[in-house]
Amino acid sequence: MKKTGAQILIESLMKEGVDTIFGYPGGAVLNIYDELLNYPIKHILVRHEQGAAHAADGYARSTGKVGVCLATSGPGATNIVTGVATAYMDSIPMVVLTGQVPTMLIGNDAFQEADIVGITRPCTKHNYLVKDVKDLARIIKESFYIARTGRPGPVLIDLPKDVMIDSTEYHYPEEVKLRSYNPTYTGHPGQIKQAVSMILEAKRPLLYTGGGVILSNASDELTRFVNKLQLPITMTLMGLGAYPAKEKLSLGMLGMHGTYRANMAVTHCDLLVAIGARFDDRVTGKIAEFAPNAKIIHIDIDPTSISKNVRVDVPIVGDVKNVLTKMNELVKDDKGKWKGERKQWLAQIEEWDKTHPMGYKQDKKGPIKPQYVIEKIYELTKGDAIITTEVGQNQMWTAQFFPFNKPRTFVTSGGLGTMGFGFPAAIGAQVANPKKTVICMAGDGSIQMNIQELATAVQYRIPVKVAILNNHFLGMVRQWQELFFHRRYSYTCIDTTPDFVKVAEAYGAVGLRAKKVDEVEKIIKEALKVKDRPVFMDFQVDPEEGVYPMVPAGQPLSKMLLV
Amino acid sequence: MRHTISVLVENEFGVLSRVAGLFSGRGFNIESLSVAETLDPTVSRMTIVTRGNEQILEQIMKQLNKLINVIKVIDFQKGECVEREMALIKVSVDDKNRSEVLSIVDIFRGKVVDVSSKAYTIEITGDEGKIKALIDLLLPMGIKEVVRTGKVAIARGTK
Repeated sequence: MKKTGAQILIESLMKEGVDTIFGYPGGAVLNIYDELLNYPIKHILVRHEQGAAHAADGYARSTGKVGVCLATSGPGATNIVTGVATAYMDSIPMVVLTGQVPTMLIGNDAFQEADIVGITRPCTKHNYLVKDVKDLARIIKESFYIARTGRPGPVLIDLPKDVMIDSTEYHYPEEVKLRSYNPTYTGHPGQIKQAVSMILEAKRPLLYTGGGVILSNASDELTRFVNKLQLPITMTLMGLGAYPAKEKLSLGMLGMHGTYRANMAVTHCDLLVAIGARFDDRVTGKIAEFAPNAKIIHIDIDPTSISKNVRVDVPIVGDVKNVLTKMNELVKDDKGKWKGERKQWLAQIEEWDKTHPMGYKQDKKGPIKPQYVIEKIYELTKGDAIITTEVGQNQMWTAQFFPFNKPRTFVTSGGLGTMGFGFPAAIGAQVANPKKTVICMAGDGSIQMNIQELATAVQYRIPVKVAILNNHFLGMVRQWQELFFHRRYSYTCIDTTPDFVKVAEAYGAVGLRAKKVDEVEKIIKEALKVKDRPVFMDFQVDPEEGVYPMVPAGQPLSKMLLV
Repeated sequence: MRHTISVLVENEFGVLSRVAGLFSGRGFNIESLSVAETLDPTVSRMTIVTRGNEQILEQIMKQLNKLINVIKVIDFQKGECVEREMALIKVSVDDKNRSEVLSIVDIFRGKVVDVSSKAYTIEITGDEGKIKALIDLLLPMGIKEVVRTGKVAIARGTK
C-alpha cells in the first residue's frame, strides 16, 4: 500500500521505538503535524525550537535512547542549531527533523527557506536532505543507526514539504548498508594486554574517565575494574556518575574547577589511563605540563580523539564497555593488595584531600551560600534525582558539591557550554523519567535564556524543579573579571532580573523564595512535594561567591587558585 | 611536509562541501584539490594536496575517515605514486618568438591546442617541476594566463 512521506516518517519513527517528539509546528511541516494526530506517538509542544532540541537531548542523556525533535523550515531550523551543536559536542544521539520548502523552490530564497543541511554540516555527525520520498525510509533507518552507533551524535534530516506529500510503497528496511561507516568496537587484544600489564606495574596509576563511559553504558564494568585493582579515579564533567562519587577511590572532577587531590594526582601520576575522555582544554590546562610524569593509555571509540591534543603511549580504539570487559577478564581480584609505592600513592592522595578538601563556610546568619543549597538538595533527595544544570557557576558548584553516584543522573552541557540548556533538558529528562525527581540547577542569567519553556512544563504538568542560584550576576564571567580584569564588572551585573516567584506564578507554576539560610531547607521540601507542576525556587545567594579551586586558563593543573 | 591524499567518497551532492568544510573548520590547508567520478559511478575520487606535520596529517586522515561519506583514504608516500597535473598556458607570440615557443613546447612534449595570430595556447602535462620549468621558460615571452588542474595521483605497480 502506498503511503505519504509524512506517514512514512511517523511510522518509521515508531519502528525505531520513538515514543516522544519535542517540536514546534510551522508551514513546511504542516503535513507531518496533521499526520501526528493519527498516531499514538507523543508530541510535546515547546515554546521555542531551541527548547525542543535541548529537551530531546535531555531525554537522550537520561535514558540512552535516541532523542527526537522536529522544527519547521527557515527560522525553526536555525533556532534548533544551538541545540544540535550542544548535542554534537557531547556526542549525544539525536535525530533532528526539520521541514524544508518544496524541492522545486530550494535555492530560490523562498519564504522560510534556510540551507539547514549546509548550516549544520559541521555540527552534526551526519545530515541528509531527502529529495525523493522513495529514499525516506532508508534515510531514517540510516539516521538512527548513525546517531546511536560508534561515537554517537546528532543526525539531521531535512524534509521538503512536497516529499512529505508525495507517496510511495512503504517498506522499512531491516538493516543498514553503509560501506563507508564501520565503527571499531573491539579493542586490539595486544594493546589491551599491554595496557593491563602497565596498569599492574605502575607505581602511581590514575584513571581519568569521561562521558564515553556513560555513553557506552560501561559504568558497571568501570566500577568493577576500579574496585578490583583499587585504582584511584578522577572523572571529567561529562563523566561524573560513572563511578560512585561517595567511594573513597573517587577523587572527584579534574580540570579547571577540579578538586585539589584530582589535579595533584594527575600532575604526579606515573600512568594515566584515559577512558572515553578527550583531553579537552578545560581538563588539561596547559597541555605541555599535563600529566608530565605519566605514560598515557587512551581508550576511545573515536580514533580522532586519540593523539589529537596529547601524545598517547598506548592507544586502544574500541567501545569502552567492550574493552573494560576484556580488561576485567585479564586481571585477578587484587582488592586491598596495595603494597609499597602503590600504597604510598593512595596515602599521598588522601593527604592531599586532608590538606585541601572541597569546602565553603555557611554562616548561619550570613547570606545563603550556593554550595549549601546544592548540598541540601542532595541531602533532601538522598541523591536520588536527575540533576541538570545550566552553564556557569551553577554548573561547576553542582559538579563539585553534588555527589553523583549513578550514571545518567547528571545532565549538563559540557563541550559547548550552552546557557539555556538545563531547563529544557530537565523537561526532556522528566518526560522520559516520569517517576523520578528532576531538578535543574540554574543561575539567574541562564534560566532567562529559555524561560519560555515554563509554559511547556505547565501545559504538560511536568513537575521539574528549578533551583535558581540567584546572585544577580552573570556569575562565572564576573568571577573572571574579578580575578583577571581588576574587578571591572563590565556588563555582568543583571540586578534587573525579574521576580522569579511572580514569573512562575504568572505561568501557572509554583514560585518559592529563600532569602535566609533557614528558609533553604523549607522551600526545597515544599518544592519536592509538588507533583503536578513545575516549581521555581529562587535562592537569593551570596552575590560574589566564587568557584574554587580554579586553574586559570592556560596554566598547568598544579597552579590552582584555592580561595 | 607536503602530502598527496587520495580520498574515495560516495558520489553524492554535498560530499565536496563536507570535505572542504572539514579542512577549513579545523584549520587544515588545501593546496590543490581535484575531483571526478571513478569507474564505479557511485564513487568519486578526490586528490588533495595538503601540508602539515605528522600530527596534523594524522588528524586529517582520521577526520576524513570519520566522515560518513568517505569510503577510503590513502596517504601517498613519496615515490609510491605517479603524480600528474595539467596546465593550459596562453602565451603571446609574434614573428620573432613564434618558432622559439614552438621548440620549447616540443622539448617539453607539450601541445599547442589553440592558435591565433597573437597567441598560442599550450597544453602541458607532467609533475609540478616540469610545469614550473615550462612556465619559467615561457614567462619572458609574455604569458597571458595559466590555468592549472589540481594534482591527480595513482599508486605505482599493481596496487
